[in-house]
Amino acid sequence: MPVSLNSVLQVLIFLVLVLLITKPMGLYLTRVFGGNHTWLSPVFVPIERLFYRLSGINPEEEQKWTGYVIAMLVFSVAGMLLLYVIERTQQWHGPLFNPQNFGPVEERLAFNTAASFTTNTNWQNYTGEQTMSYLTQMMGLVFHQFVSAATGIVLAVALTRGLARRSAQTLGNFWVDLTRAILYILLPISIMGALVYVSQGMIQNFNPYTVVHTLDGQTQLIAQGPVASMEIIKNLGTNGGGFFNANSAHPFENPNAFTNLIIMLTILTIPAGLFYMFGKMVGNTRQGWVLWAASAVLLIIGLAVIIPAEQSGNPLLAKVGANQHLSDTQAGGNMEGKEVRFGITDSGLFATITTDTSCGCVNSFHDSYTPLGGLVPLTNIALGEIVFGGTGSGLYGMLMFAIIAVFIAGLMVGRTPEYLGKKIERKEIMMAALALLILPASILGFSAVASVVPFGVSQLTNAGPHGLSEILYAYTSANGNNGSAFAGLSGNTPFYNWTLGFAMLIGRFAFLIPILAFGGSLVKKRVVPAGLGTFPTTGPLFVGLLIGVILIVGALTYFPAYALGPIVEHLLMQAGRTF
Amino acid sequence: MQTETKSDALEVKQWKTRRKGDLSIFDPTIIRRAIPDSFKKLDPRVQIKNPVMFVVEIGSVITTIEFVRLLFATPNAAFTRDQLTGETIFVLAVAIWLWFTIVFANFAEAMAEGRGKAQADTLRKARSTTMARRLTSRDRSGTVQEVAAPELRKGDLVLVEAGDVIPGDGDVMEGVASVDESAITGESAPVIRESGGDRSAVTGGTRVLSDWIVVQISANPGETFLDRMIALVEGAKRQKTPNEIALNILIASLTIIFVLVVASLEPFAIYSHGPVTVTTLIALLVCLIPTTIGGLLSSIGIAGMDRMVQRNVLAMSGRAVEAAGDVDVLLLDKTGTITLGNRQATRFVSLRGVGEREVAQAAMLSSLADETPEGRSIVALAKERYGFADEVDPSTTFIPFSATTRMSGVDLNGSTIRKGAGDSIATYVAEHGGANSDELNGIVNSIASAGSTPLVVAETEAHSNGIGEKARVLGVIELKDIVKGGMRARFDEMRSMGIRTIMITGDNPLTAAAIAKEAGVDDFLAQATPETKMKLIKEQQTGGRMVAMTGDGTNDAPALAQADVGVAMNTGTQAAKEAANMVDLDSNPTKLIEVVEVGKQLLITRGALTTFSIANDVAKYFAIIPAAFAVTYPQLNALNVMQLATPHSAVLSAVIFNALIIIALIPLALRGVKYRPIGAGPLLRRNLLIYGIGGIIIPFFGIKAIDLVLQILHLTL
Repeated sequence: MPVSLNSVLQVLIFLVLVLLITKPMGLYLTRVFGGNHTWLSPVFVPIERLFYRLSGINPEEEQKWTGYVIAMLVFSVAGMLLLYVIERTQQWHGPLFNPQNFGPVEERLAFNTAASFTTNTNWQNYTGEQTMSYLTQMMGLVFHQFVSAATGIVLAVALTRGLARRSAQTLGNFWVDLTRAILYILLPISIMGALVYVSQGMIQNFNPYTVVHTLDGQTQLIAQGPVASMEIIKNLGTNGGGFFNANSAHPFENPNAFTNLIIMLTILTIPAGLFYMFGKMVGNTRQGWVLWAASAVLLIIGLAVIIPAEQSGNPLLAKVGANQHLSDTQAGGNMEGKEVRFGITDSGLFATITTDTSCGCVNSFHDSYTPLGGLVPLTNIALGEIVFGGTGSGLYGMLMFAIIAVFIAGLMVGRTPEYLGKKIERKEIMMAALALLILPASILGFSAVASVVPFGVSQLTNAGPHGLSEILYAYTSANGNNGSAFAGLSGNTPFYNWTLGFAMLIGRFAFLIPILAFGGSLVKKRVVPAGLGTFPTTGPLFVGLLIGVILIVGALTYFPAYALGPIVEHLLMQAGRTF
Repeated sequence: MQTETKSDALEVKQWKTRRKGDLSIFDPTIIRRAIPDSFKKLDPRVQIKNPVMFVVEIGSVITTIEFVRLLFATPNAAFTRDQLTGETIFVLAVAIWLWFTIVFANFAEAMAEGRGKAQADTLRKARSTTMARRLTSRDRSGTVQEVAAPELRKGDLVLVEAGDVIPGDGDVMEGVASVDESAITGESAPVIRESGGDRSAVTGGTRVLSDWIVVQISANPGETFLDRMIALVEGAKRQKTPNEIALNILIASLTIIFVLVVASLEPFAIYSHGPVTVTTLIALLVCLIPTTIGGLLSSIGIAGMDRMVQRNVLAMSGRAVEAAGDVDVLLLDKTGTITLGNRQATRFVSLRGVGEREVAQAAMLSSLADETPEGRSIVALAKERYGFADEVDPSTTFIPFSATTRMSGVDLNGSTIRKGAGDSIATYVAEHGGANSDELNGIVNSIASAGSTPLVVAETEAHSNGIGEKARVLGVIELKDIVKGGMRARFDEMRSMGIRTIMITGDNPLTAAAIAKEAGVDDFLAQATPETKMKLIKEQQTGGRMVAMTGDGTNDAPALAQADVGVAMNTGTQAAKEAANMVDLDSNPTKLIEVVEVGKQLLITRGALTTFSIANDVAKYFAIIPAAFAVTYPQLNALNVMQLATPHSAVLSAVIFNALIIIALIPLALRGVKYRPIGAGPLLRRNLLIYGIGGIIIPFFGIKAIDLVLQILHLTL
């Protein structure tokens, strides 16, 4: 048995902690988006009112789904332009905010990065500490880490209202929801979290980079910067874009096992809380717990593949006499690309969580995982990041699968399928199907092109099936708005900057519009009272059905591609060939 | 009198549900007709309406072209003559089976349509052109003009006598006749049609057996009931129902996803230096897209309509059949549905100071003109007990029952007698200077709480001084209701299906409660009027529930139109039939329950086959993916868990399985998955196990079996 008791216990303790966070977070989210009084209201209500007055927003006025989408799109486009301008004007950021005097970011890279952070992806075709000024990091990137996360959250809230409200027209006010998401949820937690991080040794300064002379007489440049303030929102908002290129494997970004735990917990805090909020808002918390349970099972399935796969190590190394056994003195298994501080379990857990959600920050390098180990993050993202998922995007992605599950199997109880008492008819199924169609279309389409054109293949570090995995991973990550990378692919080329940028925009906005249209159509419906003839969506049976639909739909879509990538690579590795 | 009794007997008889059209699923005549049809339907203009099968057709064309290309290809060093021959035969085999896939799906549809067509043929025979005798007035001795039936227009009056075929749909204006409606209903016993009341509608194509009637034609040629019925059973104007459209969207989206999956596989294969042949790609595509449900979807819908017809119910649209599955609330008329039709008078109870004979006499007088079964039973009971004569004073005026006063009675010389429900009589008595006693309330309540119906009899006499009048209550008639056997079990079944039953009755709340309890319905609406009935339906609908009801009278028409599923009795009025979205040819009010089951069965069958179709894909991947890359990555043979003989036989076995499963599932699609009233949770678990888990497992065995057969026949290529 390649998995130790210690490893199992770590996973269990972590899951219990997530379980404990879910309800308080969910209740708080419910109050915030219900417009109720919270303990922070005395401080924030005056600020909130001031914002509305300054921007001429009537907080009482709600929007239909179209109004909500337009507001979201206008806001996102404006934010994307702002980031582009900030990147392109780095030369004027001044010595305080640009002590290393970085020049403007190259046009296509600036587009790719702007698309990346606007869409909550945080794919980084650049090395943070060598490209971005402190101003760009703080005002450009961190700004988006707040607002793109808030956008995801409010869209999930709007969709939830679509399911919860009866015979209504509106889904809420985008501007009000956005303001409240940032003021009441993201900012307070980020301020507290950043202080905790600083206490653990994470840096937070505007210093120029430190030059040190190493013992062997070399000079080394140690990057500095406002890291802690970015690190907290990077994970809380499931953004994943790190200050440094090494992301959460860098000691300044993730100093110790405690910060590693906090990072993993903050990634799941809002997504798990949103599931509870969903149940609360639709009037039956069990509806939320069902989604939570399905997520937890899928999380465990992922861990049950990745940790043993990594702990077993590489059979070819074992053949030449390398000791890959777990012992008191070594982590054992496949440690290539992993930090010894974290070992197999915390790396595998981290990789699973960061791809279950749309976070994409890493504390180990997925490219270096064994083929089966690497299949887990890839599959997690390809399924749409619905295992708790991104801030908001997890909930609405999971709900789309729930709708498909209810529609297919719901007919088998002999009624027009209904979810939460709302009938799923032509328009709803069309929107749900469209949303589910867009991701595979974009992932497979872009990957297919990249795998045959010369400027696609030329950027690969590895040949054969592993190279195909790298291409698949890049577009899957971009479309899924994850942002983690199979680092073997050098993405900073015109082809990849453009295609990945568009993949990110498609993955976010082309996916969102049908979802809100779906919410807009549902909000008008009456609710059929539940009875004995109603399709049950609260029991273990539905959890099983939901997992089955997610896995089968996912497997059917990606199996052929994966067969030529990670699966055959695994079989070849068993046969003695690597790439 | 005699004819009336006869028609009552008929009604009782018709409560039994008959199945007609005892055609077995695979009737040889239907099959003979379906086979050429399934080839005719290969026309792309037909196939384009079904996106899944259209994709299969495109695939078949491409593989056929590929076969022709290979036929004329020349072997070279890389591709020897033997290899070329093998490949050519393989492509031919795949092409043939792909064409079969479409033909099988067409066959399923043609079979479903064939059953309807057979029924339509029978109906057409009844539509033979007849001559009609047009009248200029309702007087049958007036001028008569002989015209052909198709020349009749709405509003024309025609005389139909014994032996004549009724030339068109209409209402009886004059006369009473016994009519043979077997051409429409399949029921050989004649029915009574008479002017006025709820039995006035006649249908074109039926035959008058005795007496004569004057009929006012109510439909123009081509719009008659028979015409609509033929169109419906033939499926000529079949439109896709809402749920069918939604399901079509889902399977079309899945088809698009799989087109993308297969289209992107080729670049990945090129990257891997092992391009896949177009034949294998198309085979993979056809196996993955949901051909099973795509091929059977329309047959399921047609068969659903057909199952209604077999139960002698005509659904005016597929939408109505689907809605029947969604029904949450059933409104059932007490009389005839829950109780054995007619209440019988069993007792006269007199008030203090009044003789029982006096009550009986007043009751009889007030009921002489009352032709309802209750009225007749009162007359019969009074005659039996006290031997009253039948003679009526010529000055007598009968006051018919009205839904607003809820009383009927008679005005005699100088006095009036009224009978009706307790509260309406109480109001009447109070209005006419009488007093109500507690004694009456006691009697009424005791009768009502026993589940019987109290009818209070009162009389009014002019004061002796000639000024004003004095009303007094004489006594009460007890009408007893008998709940039909087996109703409680059916309502329990309904409850476990999640359907609430509400009994509708004109009785007072106490009586209604007692019968409701005895019958086991969930709720009741007492003292129902057309208005309160309508209000109840709207209330339920506002609460998001779907309502089904039956009705036959003209005053039911608005409620029938408002209900989501309105079933009119064939014996009912034309107005009721127009308003309803289904007509029960047996005029059996209990049929509503079966209608709901057929609706549910339709939806379950669609869901089951969709689930099965998608679940099937898992095994097909394990057959085709290792085969497709057998040369590039022989290691992928580890995925060949079925141990299929050769790459070609693996692909071919999957394609053959995919085609044969359509044929194998035709009986299920036509008969429908059995509905079990066990509640949604257990039903879902059961069906998921059979069609979900079963759908994953079965093809592994099926494909392996086909591969073994190919090996035995040395066709592994």
